[in-house]
Order: sequence, then structure tokens, then C-alpha cells
Amino acid sequence: MILLDPNVTALLYLAAAVFFILALKGLNSPRTARRGNLIGAFGALVAVVTVFFSTRLDNVPLILGAIVVGSGVAAPVARRVKMTQMPQLVALFNGVGGGAAALVALLELPHAEDAWVRVAVVFTLLVGAVSFAGSAVTFAKLQELMTTRPVVFPGLPVLMGAVLLAAVGAAAAVVMGGSLVLALLLLLLGLAAGVLLVLPVGGADVPIVISLLNAFTGLAVAASGLVLGNVLLVVAGTLVGASGTILTRAMAAAMGRSVAGILFGAFRGGSMAGSTTVSDRPVRSSSPEDVAVLLGYAQRVIIVPGYGLAVAQGQHTAAELAQALESRGIRVDFAIHPVAGRMPGHMNVLLAEANVPYESLKEMGEINSEFRTADVALVVGANDVVNPAAKTTAGSPIYGMPILEVADARQVVFLKRSMRPGFAGIENDLMFEPQTTLLFGDAKESLTKVLGAVKAL
Amino acid sequence: MDGISLLTITVLAVFVGFEVVSKVSSTLHTPLMSGANAIHGIILVGAIIVAGRATHPWVLAVALLAVVLATANLVGGFVVTDRMLEMFRGRKPVKPAKPAPEVGAPGQGVPQSETQENTEATR
Repeated sequence: MILLDPNVTALLYLAAAVFFILALKGLNSPRTARRGNLIGAFGALVAVVTVFFSTRLDNVPLILGAIVVGSGVAAPVARRVKMTQMPQLVALFNGVGGGAAALVALLELPHAEDAWVRVAVVFTLLVGAVSFAGSAVTFAKLQELMTTRPVVFPGLPVLMGAVLLAAVGAAAAVVMGGSLVLALLLLLLGLAAGVLLVLPVGGADVPIVISLLNAFTGLAVAASGLVLGNVLLVVAGTLVGASGTILTRAMAAAMGRSVAGILFGAFRGGSMAGSTTVSDRPVRSSSPEDVAVLLGYAQRVIIVPGYGLAVAQGQHTAAELAQALESRGIRVDFAIHPVAGRMPGHMNVLLAEANVPYESLKEMGEINSEFRTADVALVVGANDVVNPAAKTTAGSPIYGMPILEVADARQVVFLKRSMRPGFAGIENDLMFEPQTTLLFGDAKESLTKVLGAVKAL
Repeated sequence: MDGISLLTITVLAVFVGFEVVSKVSSTLHTPLMSGANAIHGIILVGAIIVAGRATHPWVLAVALLAVVLATANLVGGFVVTDRMLEMFRGRKPVKPAKPAPEVGAPGQGVPQSETQENTEATR
């Protein structure tokens, strides 16, 4: 059904593109972020409605059915997912977007008569497949379906090289001949490359790779726009590709890493220092009551929340504990590492959910000099972000990552589930220091017990 | 549209993309990533076009799969981003009356955060 004149269609697509730009702009500031996101969603709606009224489409009922299925699956999942599982869901949505772009390109190949259009086809195929498979692996890592540590095996660089070489060969052949069989092969090679690219990435670096794959999907979408001659796809995809690249670099910089180092660091070896061994050095463990005494008679407490808190859904209990301490006249702050949680900014989201007042949330640069004045640093389920090895041990997987300087506090209390090393798979020497006390258990249960004991003081 | 015009638009879009997120604070990295993620779900438009001209059943099946995946990316992406940003609401000193009209989604979890907010406000 063609109701819209091509010029009107072009204008509506332009409007959608402008909405997307405004959306990204809005997401830059906490004040305008939510509105920005809604503007983006509105732009998408305009674009989808436009395509239905401007293009001759067969199979409309089936297409509408597929849209209903897609929304019917995604919307409830997105609504219900726990805040802690947000990162893997973002990875998953990114992956399916990349997969969709690859499929669109595959189906357009028979219609691509120009060689340069076929260049765009093979680019979309390859990058979309890399993004799909890579995102699937990041999802598996974050969901802990597989190890979160870097997976490296001796032939990996050679295998990666062979896959890329084969992909370049297949891509060249598809561009010249337009063979569908070779295009399918290229798709498979892209999937393999995606898996091989992400396997060696470990621990806290995974979110940065999600961001990178996000930019990849953007580029694939832009290329598919070239294939279909659709300006909106070109603009939207390029926007995401470019902004995603900047964002990836900003995230890497926040952790003191380079993007290349994250992707290929494991290849160079040497990063496996102390990778899995749990040592049997003695630690000082303690009871919730002791911790409560320590906290209740302090003047200044800094809480350092980490992934363990998020997993245990302990943010509300942590907020309550902070309130209980404050009602005793104790100054309490939350020290937020940029990648606490599992993604930059994730912890702010979780604590904001628990209504921790904005003024109590301190970013790393602000709070680091204040640990010296703290009587107790209460580390709840964090490990890598407070590990001094990031400063002292070259060759450690987290070497160079800026950390929270909890070692400067007079007392350090770790609430930990076990002595198992954190996400990066390395031990934290701080736990064996004389000023450190450990309280073992689930973060939320431990916090609840400590809270009860503080109230009973 | 001819190649040169498309190239022009692409290059300009690159610069807009760089410019628009040049100075974002780490607090918003995750929502911004998620929001950008939702935007590339617009590949749905491409998937619809491909599905709309499919004649062979296999082609149609693959195209419909692409539509499902793209819709999941688009819809899920915007919803997840919105939920993340909803959390930032609590960061400002909220007046007790304010959250009430915002209960647009009769979803789960809302009552809990409402009570949290009230305790926060009365504290």
C-alpha cells in the first residue's frame, strides 16, 4: 500500500534521523536522558510506520505477526529483568540486531547487481555475524554460563588469522561472483571470528567489548542501508557506529586500558599471573556483631559497593544500613568505581534504585583522597576495583586500572561470599593485611545481620 | 540516491556521531550504550522491506526471522534503557506528590520503589 509520496517519505525518514540525533544528545545528561530515550523510541515508531505506508509490501500480516512476536518476547523480558542482569541483556539485544543486519544482507545479495553494493553486502554479513556471535559469548560470560576469565589456547592467534584470511577470500569471491553458497560460508566465518574475538577477553573488560560490538552492529546497519538505498539506515547506523566508538574509548579510558590491549592483551601472555590459585594464607574473619561495633562507633564510614552487592540484590539493605549509621551521627558515603557492578555507571543505577541520596554517591576521583579520613571502609562484594595489584603488579590482568584506595582507611571490612577471586580471577592482597577483617556470606544476608546488630547497639 | 550523496551523508553522520557523545560522564555510559543499541534496531525497517518483497518461502522465513530479531533489538533496547533511566529519578530530592502520575506502567516492582521513595521522602 503506497500512500506516501517519495518526498514525504524522505522527509519522514529525515525526521526520524533527527529524533535519533536528539536521543543520543539527550542521553548525555542525567536530566534529559529519559526524555532523550523516549524521543528515540518515537523516531523509531515514525520510521516503522513510514515504511509500511511508503513501500509496496507483500506478506504484511506475516510481517506484523513477526513484529508482535519480537515485541512480545523482548518487552516483558526487558521489563522484568533484574537490574543486575542488565548488562547481559544489553549484549543480547545488540547481538540480535547484528544478526538481523546479517540476514537482511544475505537476502539482498541476489538483488545486488553492482559490485560496490556487494561490497556493502559482504561487509554487513561479516560484521553483523561477528557482532552476533561475539555478543552471544559476552552474554554467556556475564550470565556465567562459561568462565569469565580470558580463554586462550596455543593455536588461537593462528586460528584467528586463518579465519580472517578465509573470510577475506570468501568476501572477495562474493563481491566478484555473487555466490550465495560462499556468502553462507562468509556468514559462518564471521560467526567463528566473533567467538574467537571475545573468548580471550576477560573479567571486567567484557562491558567494553559489548560497547565495541554495539558500534560494530551500527556499522553493519549503516552498510545494510547502503545495500537497500535507505538513507535512514545509513544515518542511524553511522551515528551508532561513530558514537559507539567514542563511547568504547571513553569506557576503556575510565579503566586505564586501551581498546587494543583489551582485545589482544591475552595473546601477549603474561596476563595469567596468579590466575586461579586460591592461597591458604591466613585471614581475619569476624562476626556481624563485631562489624557492627566497628561501624557503630566510627565517625566516618565509606561503603564500597561491588558486583556481589548487586547480585545479592543488597542495595536496599545497604541503603538502610547507611541510614541507620547516619542516625547515629556517622558520616556515610558510597564510593562508586566507574565500573562497579559490571558496566560503567551500573552501580549508580542500582543505588539510585534504592534511593540512596545523590550527595552520598561519590565518584572515584572525588572520594579517593577521603579514604585517609575514614575509620572504616566497608567493601561489599567488590574485589577487583579495590585491588592494589592494579597499581603494584605489572602483568596482572587489572594492571593499570584505576582503583579505589580503600587500603588508606584505618579499618577495612570485606563482606565476601568466599575467598574465591573476583571477576578478573586474581587474589586481593589487601584481604591478608592486618587492618582487614572479613565477613563471609551472601552480601544481603551479611548486611541484614550487620544492620540488625547496629540497631541493637 | 546516488553514491556520492550517500557518501556525503555517511561522512557527515560520522561527525555528528562523534560530536554528540564527546563529553559523557561515566555515570551515563551504560544508559548511553543501551540507547545507542536500541537505535540500531532500526534495521527493522530493512528487515520489513526484505520480507515485503520475499517470494520464496525460505527467503520469507529468513526475512521474518530478521524482523523478529530486529524488533527484539528495537523494542527491548528502548524499554531497558528507559528502566535504567527511571532509576535516576530517585537521585533528585523527590517531592512525595511527584512520583504518583508517573506510574504509567502497571508493572511489577513499582509498588516497592514507591514505598522506598516515601520512606526516603519522610526521612
